[in-house]
Amino acid sequence: MLDKSYYEKVDEIIAGYGTESRFLIPVIQDVQSEYRYLPPELLKYIAGKLHITEAKAYSVATFYENFSFDQKGKYVIKVCDGTACHVRRGTDVLNKLREVLGLKPGQSTTEDMLFTLETVSCLGACGLAPVLTVNDNVHPSMTPDKVVELINEIKQQEVQA
Amino acid sequence: MDYITIDGRCVPIEGEKNILMLIRKAGIDLPTFCYHSELSVYGACRMCMVEDEKGRLMASCSEQPRPGMVIRTNTKKLRKYRKLIVELLLASHCRDCTVCTRNGNCELQSIAFKVGIHDVRFKNTKELEPIDLSSPSIVRDPNKCILCGDCVRTCSEIQAVGAIDFANRGAKAKVCPAFDKPLGETDCVGCGQCRVVCPTGALSVNTNVTDVWDAIADPDVRVVAQIAPAVRIAVGDKFGMPKGTNVMGKLVSALRMMGFDKVYDTNFGADLTVMEESKELAERLEKGENLPLFTSCCPGWVKFCETKYPEFAGNISTCRSPQGMFSAVVKEYYKEQDVADGMKTYVVSIMPCTAKKAEILRPDNFTDGRQDTDRVLTTIEIIRMIRQAGIKFDELKSEAPDMPFGMASGAASIFGVTGGVSEAVLRHLAADKGYIAFEQIKYSGIRGTDGIKEATFDLNGREVKLAVVHGLANAGKVLEGIKSGELSYDFVEVMACRNGCIAGGGQPLPIGPRTKAGRMEGIYQVDRDSQIRVTDDNPIIAQTYREVIAGNEHKLLHRTGI
Repeated sequence: MLDKSYYEKVDEIIAGYGTESRFLIPVIQDVQSEYRYLPPELLKYIAGKLHITEAKAYSVATFYENFSFDQKGKYVIKVCDGTACHVRRGTDVLNKLREVLGLKPGQSTTEDMLFTLETVSCLGACGLAPVLTVNDNVHPSMTPDKVVELINEIKQQEVQA
Repeated sequence: MDYITIDGRCVPIEGEKNILMLIRKAGIDLPTFCYHSELSVYGACRMCMVEDEKGRLMASCSEQPRPGMVIRTNTKKLRKYRKLIVELLLASHCRDCTVCTRNGNCELQSIAFKVGIHDVRFKNTKELEPIDLSSPSIVRDPNKCILCGDCVRTCSEIQAVGAIDFANRGAKAKVCPAFDKPLGETDCVGCGQCRVVCPTGALSVNTNVTDVWDAIADPDVRVVAQIAPAVRIAVGDKFGMPKGTNVMGKLVSALRMMGFDKVYDTNFGADLTVMEESKELAERLEKGENLPLFTSCCPGWVKFCETKYPEFAGNISTCRSPQGMFSAVVKEYYKEQDVADGMKTYVVSIMPCTAKKAEILRPDNFTDGRQDTDRVLTTIEIIRMIRQAGIKFDELKSEAPDMPFGMASGAASIFGVTGGVSEAVLRHLAADKGYIAFEQIKYSGIRGTDGIKEATFDLNGREVKLAVVHGLANAGKVLEGIKSGELSYDFVEVMACRNGCIAGGGQPLPIGPRTKAGRMEGIYQVDRDSQIRVTDDNPIIAQTYREVIAGNEHKLLHRTGI
């Protein structure tokens, strides 16, 4: 069971839209941006408020790749795997990241909940290939070496903070 | 008159909403997986594609007919197209046809045969998923799902339950409850209407056939059968008889041949229900409490109300269903004899309904902690057992059920159709029990296929308003109306399945409009054939109250703990 504050937050978000079923996507988007993931426990509650079934809400939430029921790390790294990034060795960048972060196959979030690694199909910045984003900050022309630097930088920031 | 041309013939447009309806009117059996006239148009299966004179392809189910259109349904392009679609469906389908419950009665199988597929060129790369056996009513085998969405739309549009929906997309798309939870842990009411529309074996009845054969084989077990009203007019479907033929007599003979020790009639339980529910209605009317009174015969409805509208749970009649009353009384009747004979009485109820399998497991249907109904077999399971026993059903001679619980009124027999419970209760409550009075009840508006029917009747000078509802989405509408104050009734009969138990989740397929009409007529014929038209005239009822129930109405006939 989640803390009461989660449900209050949902109430607050829904109050901003209304209780019609068409607001499902904006509501779960806002919930996700609040917690960086969509807590599964909240889905039934949200569905009930919007007069739809949990199965329908689950259907919508799983249709879009963007919604995640798994808790994400503090830094979400999205590596572009679009055509341009792919041909400019985006895969090397991805593999290096997996190695540096120590992610096992099938794992996308580090155990310390600091990093989540994802691939995206195209960030629409092919001129910057290979490109990745860290929480919406764009890092262009990445190489395996620059990736190591980037991760170390973030880790240092975390230690200092 | 406007018309379109289909395969070189003119077909007049008479209000048809889509080309597919016109094609079928023209006598062409275009195969479809996802089109059902009662559901919204989905256009997913693409089997109903047709070609116009310019060679353009369109899905006829979701295309409006325009006057002057020229359509072909069977061109080289279309044949190739359809064949490929089915081949691709088969490629990711678990093709264990010989051991599938739908073998010989599967739409995918028959359409694959029809379009002429003899080989599937593509390898099945889908990983096998576990079969969901968590619900006592329905088995879900995701490996056989072809994603037509019929179950999803039935569950949400017809039943307003929405226990299952699509999840994910593309090659990962599947039909499942939220978070892929087991069906038994969801709001699923077990009505089985998903299984009725499923074209494959992805949704099927959770079967208890083996348990019952084992009980029959045990010499220390007294196996007692009760046969529900809607079973007798559906079993004949699978033995080449006209839709709606009453085969009760043959069914009784078949059960005796299979080794059932006693064969009784659930209609007797329905007569008990008429007595108890009428009494409850009169009491509530007098006190003005917990009105409207909702019927409790249908376990799908009871669960729907409890989960979606718990504020109305107190309005549901405390009566057990006819099945529940029957089993409790039979167990009580054999209690002493069981001890004397060193036997155990085992009640098998033969029902048109998958939700009944869940009802018997509810502790509020137990008597002193004892489960009264041991197993529920649906109509299709008893058909399976008849076949397993090698009985030539159509050649059987009719036999009458055993006494005393084999005798029932015609009023009880119509419990199997929407409006039947109300009609039976009205006959019992009516001061005038003459032929004309019963005809008036018949035409009061409670019969027919409208989803929500209303009627009023006079009970000792008080006008009583009643509603007859079938389909849970309709029930939801009525409950919302009552909540908002727009609607007000004293008595509401609800059946989860459209048209009532005759179209229940455990009935033989297909259940189209003609089958429903035939079965409905069959049920009313049973009533017309009965010498006893009203519960009051059933002599066994008074005798049972006196000798078996003996003041234990609350314990044996009502849901305890409420």
